[in-house]
Amino acid sequence: MIRTFGFPEILFVLEGAKWTILMSLAAFVVGGLLGLLVALARTSGIRPLRIFAAGYIQIFQGTPLLIQLFLVYFGLPLLGVKVELWLAVIAGLSLHASGFLGEIWRGSIQAVPDGQSEAGRALGLGYASRMRDIVLPQAFRISLPATVGFMVNLTKGTALAALLGLTELTRSGQLMSNITFEPLKVYATVGLVYFAICLPLTLCSAQLERRLNAQG
Amino acid sequence: MTTQNNTTIRMSAVNKWFGKMHVLRDIDLTVNKGEHLVLCGPSGSGKSTLIRCINALEEIQGGTIEVNGNQLGKKGANADHIRRDVGMVFQQFNLFPHLTVLQNCMLAPRRIHRISEAEARDKAMHFLEQVHIAEHGHKYPAQLSGGQQQRVAIARALCMGPQVMLFDEPTSALDPEMVKEVLDTMIGLADQGITMICVTHEMGFARAVAHRVIFMDRGEIIETAPPTEFFGTPRHDRTRAFLSQILNH
Ligand SMILES: Nc1ncnc2c1ncn2[C@@H]1O[C@H](COP(=O)(O)OP(=O)(O)O)[C@@H](O)[C@H]1O
Ligand SMILES: [Mg+2]
Repeated sequence: MIRTFGFPEILFVLEGAKWTILMSLAAFVVGGLLGLLVALARTSGIRPLRIFAAGYIQIFQGTPLLIQLFLVYFGLPLLGVKVELWLAVIAGLSLHASGFLGEIWRGSIQAVPDGQSEAGRALGLGYASRMRDIVLPQAFRISLPATVGFMVNLTKGTALAALLGLTELTRSGQLMSNITFEPLKVYATVGLVYFAICLPLTLCSAQLERRLNAQG
Repeated sequence: MTTQNNTTIRMSAVNKWFGKMHVLRDIDLTVNKGEHLVLCGPSGSGKSTLIRCINALEEIQGGTIEVNGNQLGKKGANADHIRRDVGMVFQQFNLFPHLTVLQNCMLAPRRIHRISEAEARDKAMHFLEQVHIAEHGHKYPAQLSGGQQQRVAIARALCMGPQVMLFDEPTSALDPEMVKEVLDTMIGLADQGITMICVTHEMGFARAVAHRVIFMDRGEIIETAPPTEFFGTPRHDRTRAFLSQILNH
């Protein structure tokens, strides 16, 4: 029986969108925290840390996200860790995000003039305070466009989880298209939902940028 | 502690290299409590490096530096301790652009002395009033003129209650009409008896407040003398050549 693309089918797509949002949020948070550590390691005064972080970044920038997801999903069981599909996907996305955000934030930290950190040192402020109070807030502002751009890409990149069999937004679109034979309608809807998820990100960042720029 | 009653800074046989470049050569310098030094010399002679060594912004490779009886260790050990006694004002102001004037002044006292917000604010207002800029406390640095920013930078350093103030060409980045307001602020500080070392080519300032003027060239201290002597009867050829250059332009 061929179903039409009606309300229940739209609900099904939205159910998939829930996963897309959940995966994206988790990857932002976990990947962001890890990425901050990577950026700090990459800019630290300790050489081995810098080298380690540089390698880490290279690995995640030099391989496709899909391969990273596969490696985490099929690799974790080999390490004796049995995880649910969705957890493996979130882990993979987070690692991926940490590499990219680490590199974006490394650049932003280094874009803050040396005189800033130096003024902090001259006041007697230690590393933690110089970073938290002086360098990172300025680096954050510098990194905002690139960070949001990456987050939008990551959100869209979660579609790759469909290839591992997770019924997120794209996959639920595929399923609905298969049973309704109305691919155009279905995928237009899916596209709109992606757009609706990403729009607030860009809007918020534009707003934030305006507010930060008001500081002159 | 080896504080000798009156000595605030003691540099002995200080040597500093940047790679293969020998930037400070056997610097011996003793600064007494309340003394005002002006440091001058050609560009690249090592003036900035010398004063940056005093608060451990640069590492030294030979000799010793003592501030208030605390000896600065190799690799900057004791650095934070010493920096709390030493305030520094930079040519480029280096105010924190994402913080208001008040917040610029409150940050270090709050973090380091762990005083309350209200106390930090009072202290900040006190010093901002001293440099005549309290009414701009809520503004961001970019909203101020260069002269105003430099006065905020001075207040920010004073909020930490330093024993010594270091100035590295504090008026060199300013438009000419703003030089006076900053120099006047510094003269006011000098009158209060704070110890200061100032790298500057403002010879009027040197005459007005310096106890000693030091001339550096190629990493060495060439000549040290009270201002009248320094400008009236300089002993060294290099000093004379330098003075004729800066006084005749
Ligand atoms: N961070 C640095 N790395 C390498 N060389 C430096 C550095 N800072 C200063 N120098 C060099 O050291 C010498 C002294 O510089 P500086 O102390 O800034 O001189 P001044 O303040 O008298 O103009 C100059 O030759 C300068 O190029
Ligand atoms: Mg200099």
